[in-house]
Amino acid sequence: MNELIEAVPFLGKRNPRLAKWLIIILALVAPLIAAYFGRSWMRILDFALLYMMLALGLNLVVGFAGLLDLGYIAFYAVGAYTWAFLASPHFGVHMPFWIVLPLGAAFAALAGIILGFPVLRLRGDYLAIVTLGFGEIVRIFMNNLNHPVNITNGPQGINALDSLNLFGWNLAQSLSFGDFKIHYLYLYYYFFLLCVIGSIVFIKRLQISRVGRAWAAMRDDELAAKAIGINVRNMKLLAFSLGATFGGVAGGLFGSFQGFVSPESFSLMESIAVLTMVVFGGMGNIAGAIVGALALTALPEILRNIALPVQEALFGTVILDPEVLRMLLLSLAMILMMLLRPAGLVPAHARYSRPELLKGGA
Amino acid sequence: MIKLLEARGVGKRFGGLTALSDVSLTINKGEVYGLIGPNGAGKTTFFNVLTGAYIPDDGEFVFNGTELPTGKPHLVVQQGIARTFQNIRLFGQLTALENVMAGHHIRTKAGLWGILTQSKHAIEEERLTTERAFELLKYVGIERFAHTICKSLSYGDQRRLEIARALASEPQLLALDEPAAGMNATETSQLKVLIEQIRHDGITVLLIEHDVKLVMGLCDRVAVLDFGKKIAEDVPAVVQKNDAVISAYLGGPKHAH
Ligand SMILES: Nc1ncnc2c1ncn2[C@@H]1O[C@H](COP(=O)(O)OP(=O)(O)O)[C@@H](O)[C@H]1O
Ligand SMILES: [Mg+2]
Repeated sequence: MNELIEAVPFLGKRNPRLAKWLIIILALVAPLIAAYFGRSWMRILDFALLYMMLALGLNLVVGFAGLLDLGYIAFYAVGAYTWAFLASPHFGVHMPFWIVLPLGAAFAALAGIILGFPVLRLRGDYLAIVTLGFGEIVRIFMNNLNHPVNITNGPQGINALDSLNLFGWNLAQSLSFGDFKIHYLYLYYYFFLLCVIGSIVFIKRLQISRVGRAWAAMRDDELAAKAIGINVRNMKLLAFSLGATFGGVAGGLFGSFQGFVSPESFSLMESIAVLTMVVFGGMGNIAGAIVGALALTALPEILRNIALPVQEALFGTVILDPEVLRMLLLSLAMILMMLLRPAGLVPAHARYSRPELLKGGA
Repeated sequence: MIKLLEARGVGKRFGGLTALSDVSLTINKGEVYGLIGPNGAGKTTFFNVLTGAYIPDDGEFVFNGTELPTGKPHLVVQQGIARTFQNIRLFGQLTALENVMAGHHIRTKAGLWGILTQSKHAIEEERLTTERAFELLKYVGIERFAHTICKSLSYGDQRRLEIARALASEPQLLALDEPAAGMNATETSQLKVLIEQIRHDGITVLLIEHDVKLVMGLCDRVAVLDFGKKIAEDVPAVVQKNDAVISAYLGGPKHAH
């Protein structure tokens, strides 16, 4: 939270209390503001929260533990497909969220360990290439496991996933009190917001613990980390599996929200997009992941909304497809970032301890 | 005298190069033991095989009566051996305090569950780790930089920080690889005081050093390595007069130092 407060321009340092309330209020009223501009913006906001969870999880792996993972979206896929298998007409199984979500997280964690073992000795570029391959393998499996036995329904994907049902309260149905109606997109927003806050709390606690320091040590100097007794192998596996857990939960939520999963949601480009968010925001700090996810989900949409009408007005047709434009903008954002602020929007002041625990202070 | 560490016929080769050959030595509890020799003699390699960074080709180490595992640095630290590096290796993005706290890692236990739920035990352990780390910074005399990112410390202070980090693992044997390298005269004499204090507090010290004055002033016994072989071992005054040692240091052009 403190990191996030400091990240607020101008106010952060001068009036942290005000900045704090600003963040809280903004987080609470954001969907109302978005609703003013239309439903699609509310959806975008909901997706931004999912991307925040992904960015937080990936930041744990890349930013804290220093393991460059280009296949992170595979864990998102595992979570989403777990939801699709266990809560949809596809197999006719409809389990409640409190079973499916933890199971998705557990499968993702398992996938994280499966990925972790073979890459224990790899670093940097080599690690990136193997993780990239891993992400593609998972996607290709999803794409092709429709015969001889139909498991994933192949490229068509799986339809009509159950929506989130919190002990009888279906989030996909708008609440209504007489005339007053709360659209379901709001419900999802606040539920996702809770998940993001939960993720932040968990990750922050890890960061300022012996585990966070062990990761940071390993990231900064693996040889020295070994020399002070850190079991680098276990710490890497822990980072991969914990990071994957967040991906798995986000994936399950994605499935329930979208109601539909297919392999194309989990392409390499998505992995890169999430990594871009982490790098764009500032590697190795929680606020960076959040700001990065928010900025890179919202900005392309905003620009797209401007670019489409502008193109039509200027040329009469749409020359650049919105999806192409998105990649273009992402790349452009990255290049500008590397030139202007190589440490990211919110350069890390990440702390790995709690000095306030010192009795005398210092 | 009680034996703390015994090296038995330790050998290490890199391809065709024999970095260590049949090195045997014994370090007693409570002494400061010097390991000297010209550049490339194999001193750092000796540290690396001792601490598990490399696997020796021959021989073994016996520590406190039990054989040390090879190639498993974290187990060696667990047994009570800590080291510093010839070229400083700190955790660049951590503060001085956090570096030392990281050094305490193996003496702490908090698991994932305790950390995520902030159990009483986990918080108490974290508090102790923080305080202990701060004490160690005081011990080496750099507590005023506790919350400074370690990279911005002066060279001498970084060396001290590395020693504090090694001490945080609560070792019985502290292995220092050229701790005075790059220090000025004042810093070196302060370092000497620190090492004497460490010995006084019951920790055995294995010291690789180039600064002959420092070695002679500090060490109870000294072993001399040359081309991976131990060519002498005795109290400093005797070693200093040893012909083989003198020629190793001053001899042929290959030994230029
Ligand atoms: N990892 C390694 N690979 C190949 N040769 C090495 C390696 N480490 C050390 N050596 C060689 O072993 C010899 C001893 O080196 P070292 O132990 O660093 O000497 P010292 O610390 O006494 O100056 C040198 O010739 C060095 O080049
Ligand atoms: Mg050396």
